[in-house]
Amino acid sequence: MDIQERGYARPEALVSTQWVSDHLDDPMVRIIESNEDPLLYASGHLPSAVEVDWTRDLNDPVVRDYLDREGFQRLASRIGITPETQVVFYGDRNNWWACYAFWVFQLFGHRNASVMDGGRLRWMNEGRPMATEVASFPATRYEAPVRDDQHERVFRDGVLRHLEDRGKLIDVRSPEEYSGERLHMPDFPNEGALRGGHIPTAKSVPWARAVNPQSGEFLTATELRAIYEEEAELSSTDDVVVYCRIGERSSHTWFVLKYLLGYDQVRNYDGSWTEWGNLVGSPIER
Amino acid sequence: MSLDETLGLFEFLTDRQERIEELVRIARSYHPPDRPKPYPEENRVPGCESEAFVWITGNSEEVRLEVAIENPQGVSAMALAMILRGALDGRPPSEFAAIPDDLALRLFGTELSMGKSLGLGNMVAVVKARAARLA
Repeated sequence: MDIQERGYARPEALVSTQWVSDHLDDPMVRIIESNEDPLLYASGHLPSAVEVDWTRDLNDPVVRDYLDREGFQRLASRIGITPETQVVFYGDRNNWWACYAFWVFQLFGHRNASVMDGGRLRWMNEGRPMATEVASFPATRYEAPVRDDQHERVFRDGVLRHLEDRGKLIDVRSPEEYSGERLHMPDFPNEGALRGGHIPTAKSVPWARAVNPQSGEFLTATELRAIYEEEAELSSTDDVVVYCRIGERSSHTWFVLKYLLGYDQVRNYDGSWTEWGNLVGSPIER
Repeated sequence: MSLDETLGLFEFLTDRQERIEELVRIARSYHPPDRPKPYPEENRVPGCESEAFVWITGNSEEVRLEVAIENPQGVSAMALAMILRGALDGRPPSEFAAIPDDLALRLFGTELSMGKSLGLGNMVAVVKARAARLA
């Protein structure tokens, strides 16, 4: 089904592989690959795509935090974008890391941004061309605002206030992590947090439920509402906090709620379970 | 190339991009083992999102190592599979026992996600554990 026919609140946030194919050489569009696997871009990528690596480019190398304004300006200059450039993210793992990069770009107010539906795997499965040469563009001058940590991001004290205010929470980890049976994804060693369970009142909706596992495409708005509104009892006027283990899986759900379902108040708690499950005295439910 | 030689090469490759290009070069040499599909679940590497399967056969003198990577996006897993196969296939169990537990991090660097480092680490652990049964 075409993106325009799926009933999304903000369909412009999603573009098809065909749209990307038609805009590979558009100077006002920059295609950005963001993966979990650091070798994937070098092994082949969309022609003209640049890479934004989640560790090298988006995270502070010392402090547990994201890049600051100056760092974002340097990154924007390196990939040759201006505030007017439409950036289109795609990547491996059903766009998990692409949504993470998209979210970080929103902290700096780069609103002209989209995600390529189906991600890297869909492009490859359609037999579309791949390139190996690293794309480069003339450096630009990008005046970014100071990072906004208020509207799309929430810290632990904010989550505690959110709990007091009876705000809604969505835990996007696996059911085993949510229940406290495991502290990490299934099959992985238990590590990363001293306590298991979930933040009180959080509903469990594993992030990948928003994606059709066969095609890699996002579900339609009707299908998404059945999950988030009928099952998890959210409504579009709710103030919602999403979290996972370090805030990457939950950025995918943040994207779904904010752009596909049109929720105005959705924040990603990137401290997530690695912070909450280690905090002395933090309330936990099992 | 032995594992020691490979690790020596990667210690020399201090530039991240050079390291990535060398690993991609190795991954491109990947070819699946000649085994019928679907592969048995007992050969699956747990927790590896690249869908790696490992077969260890042979005896106490010579261990045969085969690795399949089913996920076409599992480039890192393909590189690790070829490094392990190139260094160890046909070698005695003692050489498998000497595989460093932190092999994946020494090859790929510490900038791997936790999921990726654990998946690759699990492949190393499965190879070591199954080869130890032949010792």
